[in-house]
Amino acid sequence: MNMATVIINVFALGCLIFAFIKDRTKTRMALVIALRSFVRILPMVVAIVIFIGLLLGFVPKSVISEIVGEQAGFKGILVVAILGAILHIPSLISFPLASSLLESGASVTAVAVFITTLTMIGVVTLPLEIRELGKKIALLRNGMSFVIAIVIGLIMGRIL
Amino acid sequence: MKKALREGQRKDTMTDLVFLGFVSIVAIVLLSIFPDRRGVVITTSWGFFVEMISILPAVMVLIGIFAVFVPKEIVVRYLGKDAGIKGIFLAMIMGALPTGPLYIAFPIASVLLKKGARVSNIVIFLSAWSCIKIPQELVELEFLGFKFMLVRLILTIGLVILMGLTIEWMIGMWKKIEVNSKP
Repeated sequence: MNMATVIINVFALGCLIFAFIKDRTKTRMALVIALRSFVRILPMVVAIVIFIGLLLGFVPKSVISEIVGEQAGFKGILVVAILGAILHIPSLISFPLASSLLESGASVTAVAVFITTLTMIGVVTLPLEIRELGKKIALLRNGMSFVIAIVIGLIMGRIL
Repeated sequence: MKKALREGQRKDTMTDLVFLGFVSIVAIVLLSIFPDRRGVVITTSWGFFVEMISILPAVMVLIGIFAVFVPKEIVVRYLGKDAGIKGIFLAMIMGALPTGPLYIAFPIASVLLKKGARVSNIVIFLSAWSCIKIPQELVELEFLGFKFMLVRLILTIGLVILMGLTIEWMIGMWKKIEVNSKP
């Protein structure tokens, strides 16, 4: 078991004990929500885990690194950024996927750009955002987030 | 609002199940055509599954605790017209608290905007909500390591603040031009 796993579990346990001392009924409600969210996310977890297995088992590293690796260049980054903006994968599940891509030859830049556009930009939720906040704010926010994601990725590729 | 949320969740679960079914069928077909790959695929999938399962309950407990102890009303109350560093800081923290999916954040942001909150804070709040969520950072820590998580977090915070201020400035300019061009 690695360090991160231990830290996350200890942190959650600490919060749970603190919550329990503060208010038992509310904590019980929180646990019901937790259980419900867990069950709800489970099918997607299993699906993505199988997908990762297939990806690493069948697609050769050379192919992955050609599309999203160091030598893919700016075009590769752009493709990844657009994919991240369009795809509607829950962010919690995108991290194992990102880690498997990194393992199989994707560049740090590509992975960082992918996660960032995936979480920050929602093409699927854009109509709702426009309706609630108006065209200007919604379009500017999503458009600039796209640029920011690429900048973050490029800087991370440099320093990591 | 709640009813719409439930409806949305049910739809999401259906799509997830369809996706799971599709991936399973592809896996079964591929692995029966290429039995020599079974070992690699199963070991890889199992490894990732164990890693996910060893942190997901903890992450979900955190989401549950925050959902109950930090209701939406508190977010709205604390995110007013506060300008400057304090406003930015609050917008960031309120967005980062694990309080649900992005489509809940839009109506909150809309209410705040009507109540006169600054555009920069709204943009920062929404961006923090979508990409600086606490559970999300924990899962990133688990799978991509401390360095990757921290560097991306710092860069994101810095650039999101810059973006918020830029958008506010642009919208301000826009309004000025509109006012001036009126005869």
